[in-house]
Amino acid sequence: MTCGVFGAVVFSTSALLALTGCSSASSSPNNETITVFAAASLTDTFTELGKDFEAANPGIDVVFSFAGSADLATQIVEGAPADVFASANEAQMDVVSAESLTAVAPVIFATNILTIIVPSDNPADVGSFEDLANADVATVVCAPQVPCGAATVTLEDTYGVDIPAVSEESSVTDVLGKVSSGQADAGIVYVTDGARAGDSVMGIPIEGADAATTTYPIAALAGASVAAQEFVDYVASPAAATVFAKAGFGTA
Amino acid sequence: MTLSPPALPGTPAVHRPDSRSPKSGYVPPWLPPIAVVGGLLILVPLVAMSTRVDWANFGALVTSPSSLAALALSLRTSLAATALCVVLGVPMAMVLARVDFPLKNLARTLVLVPLVLPPVVGGLALLYAFGKRGLLGGAMNVLGIDIAFSTTAVVLAQTFVALPFMVLTLESALRSRGARYEGVAATLGARRGYTFRHVTVPLMWPALIAGTVLCFARALGEFGATLTFAGSLEGVTRTVPLEIYLQREVDPDAAVALSLLLIAIALVIVGLAYRRPGSQSIW
Repeated sequence: MTCGVFGAVVFSTSALLALTGCSSASSSPNNETITVFAAASLTDTFTELGKDFEAANPGIDVVFSFAGSADLATQIVEGAPADVFASANEAQMDVVSAESLTAVAPVIFATNILTIIVPSDNPADVGSFEDLANADVATVVCAPQVPCGAATVTLEDTYGVDIPAVSEESSVTDVLGKVSSGQADAGIVYVTDGARAGDSVMGIPIEGADAATTTYPIAALAGASVAAQEFVDYVASPAAATVFAKAGFGTA
Repeated sequence: MTLSPPALPGTPAVHRPDSRSPKSGYVPPWLPPIAVVGGLLILVPLVAMSTRVDWANFGALVTSPSSLAALALSLRTSLAATALCVVLGVPMAMVLARVDFPLKNLARTLVLVPLVLPPVVGGLALLYAFGKRGLLGGAMNVLGIDIAFSTTAVVLAQTFVALPFMVLTLESALRSRGARYEGVAATLGARRGYTFRHVTVPLMWPALIAGTVLCFARALGEFGATLTFAGSLEGVTRTVPLEIYLQREVDPDAAVALSLLLIAIALVIVGLAYRRPGSQSIW
């Protein structure tokens, strides 16, 4: 639990995040800490990549803050001490770029597509995207204002299917909750969320879902160290691509 | 008031309550500065938020169709929830304050639970009770009641989180006042119903008003339980807090404007609740 002088300096500038970094047992006095702000859907994959990166680069600690991309973008614009930003959509990366807070042009490192999820016993007997147009099927989607909802609208427009949703949620997690509890008959989420949700829900692939592909950009932020850029390069590397593919992401 | 002897010449009058503000003489001098710090903790974020408001477009932002739909829904559901709080809360407070029954302390503690529970968990609990696959879901299905994703579910969530405010406010007022007026009415031959209407209700009126207003304010600000239990659909379940949560993604200006409107409504409501009896101004 030794933090040393550098740790103390970091602590004073980024209190909580640095605290997390200092308390990890592997810290040595000259450790450098990279603070990565990443979209919530990247929690599992980035945690794994962070461990790999730390193992390959002794002396560097990677600390994560996972939240919705919009929240993270707001925090960065308001001065949060982040070194790297990985967004679940380009719009929120643009928010950060517009304030000249990115060090270099963002790179796309993963993609995601939508899937239908239903409770494991599929009470409304949903078999395809077209089935969701039936008003008797209580379908929950993301609101058009958030990325997963915008992608859903694109699919509806592309295939001429009009979904009379009973609820338009602000996040994928809320859609998942409504379906896994059986309150809703069907929901539309990203394939990676469906893969993480476990046995309480069943995924039904949408044919032609790649008509609405979400892209994940990553960038080191202004003033970040060389190590931060190295982490960005690692996330965009073929080695990381296999981790993303395993979790259900498409790779750029 | 005239019992205290006149001040002797040279005697400091600091510890004597003066006629202008009879109560302030009993406040230790170190206490007001701490109160100011506490006040700033609440005030500074409010001021900070008002500096971010896009005043030029404030009117347009809070009167957009989605904002108006959310405001109308919030007012409707909060009024309904407040009515439910009065109907259910008054009997609950009366029973807790005046009736002796086994495990009464446990009952009083349970009433507090919605205050302690994170609202999201409250929403989950409601889902497990009234959801399609909940404890009562089967029975409700048989009766043809389906409240999933309906405005009724919003009212239920708001009532769940607001009810403790009514019960606590009323019960403490009833208990601190005692039952001697009711006792007098009874010795004069008044029946229980008559005593309740003509003695108990008028005496608890100020607490009832305060409880009602607190319930309304809490219902208006309800977010987590609604999001988890009722969902979010414009005009049906998307109340102002849910609209703010959604707008923040795309249009932070609209979110801030709506938040400020909510704060303004809350200030008026709480101001009304804590108005001193007989005072003309609500401030």
